[in-house]
Amino acid sequence: MKRIGVFVCWCGTNIANTVNIEAVTEAAGKMPGVVYAGNYKYMCSEIGQSKIKSAIIREKLDRFVVASCSPRMHESTFRKTAAAAGLNPYLVEIANIREHCSWVHKNKGEATAKAIALIRAAVAKAARDKELWATQIPVEHRALVIGGGIGGIQAALDIADAGFEVDLVERTPSIGGHMAQLDKTFPTLDCSACILTPKMGEAASHPKITLYTYSEVEKVDGYVGNFEATIRKKARSVDLEKCTGCGICWEKCPSRVKSEFDEALSMRKAIYIPFPQAVPNVPVIDRASCRWFTREKCGICRKTCPAGAVNFDQEDEVLQKKYGAIVVATGFDVLDLDDFGEYSYGKHPDVLTSLEFERILNSSGPTGGRLLRPSNQSPPKNVVFIQCVGSRDKSRGKPYCSKICCMYSAKHVILFKEKYPEAQAYVFYIDIRTAGKDFEEFHRRAVEEYGALYLKGSAGKVFPDGDKLLVKGVDSLSGHALEIEADMVVLATAIKAKSDAPQLARLLGISTDTHAFFMEAHPKLRPVEAHTAGIFLAGACQGPKDIPETVSQASGAAAKAIVLLSKENLLSDPCVSEVNESLCTGCLACIKVCPYSAITEKTIEEKIHGKALQRRVAEVNVALCQGCGSCTVSCRPGAVNLKGFTNEQIMAEVDAICL
Amino acid sequence: MSVNLKQGPFEPLIIAFCCNWCSYAGGDLAGTGRMTYPANVRVIRVPCSSCVSSNFILRAFQRGADGVVVAGCHPGDCHYTSGNYFARRRFLLLQRFLEFLGMEPERFQVHWISASEGNRFAAVMTETTEKIRALGPNRKLRDTR
Repeated sequence: MKRIGVFVCWCGTNIANTVNIEAVTEAAGKMPGVVYAGNYKYMCSEIGQSKIKSAIIREKLDRFVVASCSPRMHESTFRKTAAAAGLNPYLVEIANIREHCSWVHKNKGEATAKAIALIRAAVAKAARDKELWATQIPVEHRALVIGGGIGGIQAALDIADAGFEVDLVERTPSIGGHMAQLDKTFPTLDCSACILTPKMGEAASHPKITLYTYSEVEKVDGYVGNFEATIRKKARSVDLEKCTGCGICWEKCPSRVKSEFDEALSMRKAIYIPFPQAVPNVPVIDRASCRWFTREKCGICRKTCPAGAVNFDQEDEVLQKKYGAIVVATGFDVLDLDDFGEYSYGKHPDVLTSLEFERILNSSGPTGGRLLRPSNQSPPKNVVFIQCVGSRDKSRGKPYCSKICCMYSAKHVILFKEKYPEAQAYVFYIDIRTAGKDFEEFHRRAVEEYGALYLKGSAGKVFPDGDKLLVKGVDSLSGHALEIEADMVVLATAIKAKSDAPQLARLLGISTDTHAFFMEAHPKLRPVEAHTAGIFLAGACQGPKDIPETVSQASGAAAKAIVLLSKENLLSDPCVSEVNESLCTGCLACIKVCPYSAITEKTIEEKIHGKALQRRVAEVNVALCQGCGSCTVSCRPGAVNLKGFTNEQIMAEVDAICL
Repeated sequence: MSVNLKQGPFEPLIIAFCCNWCSYAGGDLAGTGRMTYPANVRVIRVPCSSCVSSNFILRAFQRGADGVVVAGCHPGDCHYTSGNYFARRRFLLLQRFLEFLGMEPERFQVHWISASEGNRFAAVMTETTEKIRALGPNRKLRDTR
C-alpha cells in the first residue's frame, strides 16, 4: 500500500478565507492511500517545508500531495523539498486550490467541496506516480550562427570570446548584412561602415570563428546539445585561399548586372564582391550572368588573375557539422511595393524606398555619395518622405509598426538638409514613435534645427508632372488638401520577415508568428530563445528592430548559448514518452503525430517458443521528446505512455474528480 | 455524480482538460485577477491538448460529468508547434461521434485560451456551465449501474 501525505496550505488568508482548511484536511486524511494529512499557514516557507520533511520521515511517506497554489508556481519548490527528504522529486503532486479554487469562487461551501475534489484527483494521481530520473545528454561544444548581419556577427563574436568554436553561415558572398548598406546610423549619425567593418574584420580573423559565406544551411537534425547541420558551400568559382582580392578580375569582366547590394541602382560585374569592404574580400562568379558559364566564351578573369585563383570547375561543397547550440539571425526583407501603385514606385526613377535612398546617400553607393535625382542627376530641392508605407496597414501591408522608420526618416531629413540647407523636406506621418534613448531629441532636431515640415496625414497619390513629381495628400490636423511639387519621394517601406523564413523555421523545427517572424519562447521572459531547446534568436528575424536592439538581443542569445555550451552534460526532463515494447505492434502511427521527429522505428529480437523472431517497434529518443503526449493518443495498442502523465494517471484523476 | 450530491436544484459537473502552457496558465491568470466563475468546473492539467484521449472524455461522461471542456493554445501558438491541430481534428470527429451516440454535442466543447486570457477563461467556464445547466444532467452516457 502506498503511504501518501497531504499538506494543505492556507496561503495566509488567500486560501483559508474561502476554503474550510480543517474540513479539507479531515477529508484528505480519509482518502485512499493517505496516511497523513496536515495543514500550515505557509507551506512554501522554510517552516512549512521542514514540516513536510519531518512528516515524510516520521510517517514514512513514500509520496505526497501539496494542496496550495498553482503547480506553475511552486511545483519545483516542493520537488526540491522531496529530494531533500530523500524522496524522488517526481513523487510529488500539487492540487491547485488557490488560483483554480479559492481565488475564483466566493461561496465557502462550494469552494471547500471543490478543493476536496481537486485533492482527491491529486491523491489518485500521486498513488500512480513512479520514480523518474533525468537522463544526461552530452553537449557538443560548438555553435552555429545562421546569418552574417550585425546580429549574427555579434552573437558569433560573443560566443567565440567565451572560448567556443563558432561557424558563421552567411548566404551572400560577404558578411555585413543590411547594416553594411546603411550610410549613417541614428541617433548619433555614426558612419555605419566605420562601426561595422571593424566587427566584420574581427569576426573574420577570430581564431574560434569559421566563416562560411556564400553558403546555406540545408538541413538540421538532432536536438539541444547535439544538432547536426548540413551546410552547402556554393561554388564561388574563386579559390578562397589563393585569391588576394586585387580586383583585376572584376575590372576586366565584361558582363554587367544590377547590383543587389546597391538595390539595383548601380551595376556590378559577373565576378564581383558586393561592396568594397566585403569580408572575405574574395569575389564570387555569378554563374547565371557569367559569359563563361552561359556561353562558354570569355574566361578573361581566369586569364588575368595573377594568383591563378579563378576556378571554373569548382563545385558545391556539402559539409556535415555538429553543434550544441544554434543562433538564428537571418534578418529581414523590405516589403514589395507591387500593391502600392499610387506612389508610382517603379514607374518613376525619383520615387525610392528608404533603403534605396540610403544607398544614394552612401559614399560608396551608386552616386559616390552625391545626393542627386536618379532621373536627371540634378540636385533635389523638395523631397517628400512618406511614412508607414505598408506598415500599420492591415488591408494591403502589415498591421504592425516597422519601428525604425520614424527614426531613419528623421536621419534622412537631417542628412538631406546637411547637403542642401536651402532645400525643403516634407514628412507625411501617421504618428511619430520615438521611444528610445536620445530618439525624441534626434527627431526634434530634424524638426527644429533642420526645419523639416512634418505633416500628420496621408499622401494619397504621387504622379509625374513634367520633370517633377506631384504629391497629393491631406494634412489631417488642418483638414487641408495638399499638393506638393517634389523632386524626389522617399517611401518608408515596411519591414517584413524574410520571404523564406517559414522554410527555415520548418528546417529548424521552430515556430513563426502570423507574419512569419520567428517566435520567441515567451514574449516577456524568454525573448531570445526559440520554443525548441538549444535554438536562440537574434535581431529582426524575430520582429522589426534597430541596430542597438539587434546587438543586445544577439548578445543575449549568445549568453544563453554560452550557458548551454559550457555544460558538459544536459539533464533532460524525464516527463517524456516511453514505449512498452511488449505491447507495441509496430504500426508507427505515433511517428506521424510527433512534432519533434523524436520517434523512430527499431527492430527488436524476441524469443518466442524458443524461436528468435524479429519485430518492428517504435522507439522514443528521450533527448528529442519534449513531452507533449500526442503519441499516446495515436497509439492503437496503448503501448505509449507519457511519464508523469500516464493514461492511467489521467484516467484516475477523472474518476476521482467525478466521484 | 453532480456537484451537490443529488440535493437541491441541478448543479452540473464540468471537467476541463487544460494544457499546461496556455489554458491552465489562463486559468491561473483568472485566479490572480480574482475573476469569478462557477465552482462546477474542475480542471485537470495536461501537457498539451493533443494528449487528451477521447477515452478520457468518454470516461468522464460515464463517470457522471455533465460537460467536458478541452482547452488548448490558440491555433498556431501551440507550445509543441502542432499539438492543438491534432487535437482539433480528433475532437471534431469526437463531437460528431457523441451526436451519433445520441448525446447533445454541446456537452463537449473545445476552446482555445491563451496564457494571457484570464478573462476569457472565466467567460468560457461561466458560459459552458450555464449552457450545461440548461441542458440538464447527462443521462445518456452515464454509467447507470
